[in-house]
Amino acid sequence: MDAAQALADLTEISSQIEAAVLFDGEGAILGSTLADEGAARALAAAAGMLLEGASGFRTGGGEVTQLEASTHAGSVFVVCDGPRRIAATTRPDPTAGLVFYDLKSCLRGAAAEPVKPRRRRRPAAGTDEGRVDDEA
Amino acid sequence: MKRKLLGLLGFGTGVFAGSVLYRRSTGRRRERVDVYFDDGSMVSFVDGSPEAEKLLAAARDALGALHR
Repeated sequence: MDAAQALADLTEISSQIEAAVLFDGEGAILGSTLADEGAARALAAAAGMLLEGASGFRTGGGEVTQLEASTHAGSVFVVCDGPRRIAATTRPDPTAGLVFYDLKSCLRGAAAEPVKPRRRRRPAAGTDEGRVDDEA
Repeated sequence: MKRKLLGLLGFGTGVFAGSVLYRRSTGRRRERVDVYFDDGSMVSFVDGSPEAEKLLAAARDALGALHR
């Protein structure tokens, strides 16, 4: 599954998510539900700042795996999975657990190798394999 | 006398329950940032703390960029 398909599945599954952006550690956009590329870049940049700021507040080390910033205007969610990150916005007071679950599923889906269709083995010439006798 | 007392008690209970429900439905939740770490721990920064101010500003920027 590629990033676009994973994001399409995400917006279909979760009615709470208004916008989502997939990006990497350098901030490069891998996919977005937003038509406006500038808005996608702004969301990814803000999510990067959130991650950087949140990890800076911890003196004992440890990486941030996910966060939710809840404001009166809505919430911003960020989830990390290795080099891939996803940021999403919702309306105020979302069901955080469900949003995190959907975002993690989307990240896993975007990272998964596309499933190749299996080719059926054709019967060798001159054999009866696969032949249907019509005796009726 | 007993009926009057029971009536007053019921009225008081109703007023109290109504005020709790009203405050719950109209009361706004505080702005906050919940951060989860890879060791399973979670830290919550509530509005008013210096940590939350910095993070909430970034969140408001993100939300503002979408509604421009």
